[in-house]
Amino acid sequence: MSNRLKHIYVAAILTLLYAPIAVMIAQSFNASRYRGHWTGFTLDWYASLLESEEIFEALSNTLSIGLSAATIATVVGLITCLALHGMRRRTRAALMSVANIPMLNADIVTGISLMLLFLAMGLRLGYGSILLAHIVFCLPYVMLCIMPRLMTLNQNLYEAALDLGASPLQALRLVVLPELKPSIAAGFLLAFTMSADDFIITHFTKGAGIDTLPTEIYAELKLGVHPEMYALSTLVFAAVLLLVFLVYVNRRFIANIRKEELI
Amino acid sequence: MIKSASIRNLFLAPFTLWAILFVAIPFVVIVWYGLTNDDGAFSLSSLATITRPGYFKALMFSLLLALVSTAACILLAYPLCLTLVEKAGNTRDLLVTLCVVPLFMQSLLLTMAVQTILEKNGVLNQILRMIGLPDVYILNTPIAIVMGMVINFLPYAILPIFIALSKIDRSIIEAARDLGASPWQTFRHVQLPLSLPGAVSAITLVFIPSLTTFFISALLGGNKILLIGNIIEQAFTSAYDFHIGSALSLVLMIFVVANMFLTMKFDTTEEAG
Repeated sequence: MSNRLKHIYVAAILTLLYAPIAVMIAQSFNASRYRGHWTGFTLDWYASLLESEEIFEALSNTLSIGLSAATIATVVGLITCLALHGMRRRTRAALMSVANIPMLNADIVTGISLMLLFLAMGLRLGYGSILLAHIVFCLPYVMLCIMPRLMTLNQNLYEAALDLGASPLQALRLVVLPELKPSIAAGFLLAFTMSADDFIITHFTKGAGIDTLPTEIYAELKLGVHPEMYALSTLVFAAVLLLVFLVYVNRRFIANIRKEELI
Repeated sequence: MIKSASIRNLFLAPFTLWAILFVAIPFVVIVWYGLTNDDGAFSLSSLATITRPGYFKALMFSLLLALVSTAACILLAYPLCLTLVEKAGNTRDLLVTLCVVPLFMQSLLLTMAVQTILEKNGVLNQILRMIGLPDVYILNTPIAIVMGMVINFLPYAILPIFIALSKIDRSIIEAARDLGASPWQTFRHVQLPLSLPGAVSAITLVFIPSLTTFFISALLGGNKILLIGNIIEQAFTSAYDFHIGSALSLVLMIFVVANMFLTMKFDTTEEAG
């Protein structure tokens, strides 16, 4: 492919991926409640977003479930990886395969089987069942992030710390954990994102009377999604984009400093 | 790292609990529901519903659409990733990140937006009219469903393929070029085989969600096109027939398990051990 063609191709794929987001953003500024009819620019939906109790409820459920599920999954995932690290290769591989099952399984099957389990256990479907389900499906993603980094970690560093008189706990806390920090953070973020965007598993395990953002959107679909929801999504999109931009600028900045140092 | 076996076992306890209580037992429960009737007696009648013409057709059609959407995602992702890996570090990272950002958006809203784009007086037709082209009506057709799948799942194909391609040593590719291989030959004999594990991950990440989706088909296929996911979802949320729903889920799991074996064959996470 010529260079020109390559640029056009990249642009075409990005257009495909971003066209729905562009429509969503346009919808958030559209004076009409109805999709696809542009009747003028307005910021009303952003103002009424602050007053919408349903969206606020759903948002706070999404955030609190996402943060709790991601935190618990990260802690469990981390100690599991530490335990697996010391095991024989074959045992470890077998257990990692078990950990992969929910990730490879279809969400609809995971959701249904957890719902049936909760009902069989006599658990009332609600906030608790959603949280439990989210912890369940987040754990593999955390392990996926931490395990490869842990396996490539230089074992000698830990041994050196022990030789220098550190207790195993100190060596873990002062030597191993700092090395793992980026992958722990990545695992937490991935788990939170998975939780916040999950519709299918939540749909089956939530019971009546409680909604997260995705299930709230689903409930609104029949009568038309409230434009405030588009406003909220536009804000999320802007925040993510800002974050990406900041990381990009920061990295360029660091790269420039390194270059100067080399000169 | 942890020398003491008892501490190791203590650390492993929550995971073991998780694996038994939330992976193994739910599987047993779904098998139990799928293979019993309302009286709790063993019965294959729920499982046999898959042979009903409507259900069987839905399964076959779901398989077809999932295959098409997976093929489309792989075919779209490879040229993109091949282009991206050639770019300089910073631009490359920015572009890959931009490809992944849509994953942070609510997929229901994205799918809704695809409906807004494709409908009769939707964005696409308004643009076509502006440039004097005839309208296209693809909403409520299989094409719209595949488009919805591609838009929702393409980032899942891009990411593993990009990672696999970027791990390939540049000098191997340069060596191939120096020895006279055309870009296509380099791809066919060097980059494709070396990135195969990434492609397998991509296939799994796109195929299973495509096969089992129910909201994409519900939003973009109108009420005319039922996929196997829709039938299962309705069995649980409107017909309240847990037995048939579970039995059909078991049928789906055949494909999930087949996929797992494919993935494990190409699993590379242990190589560093």
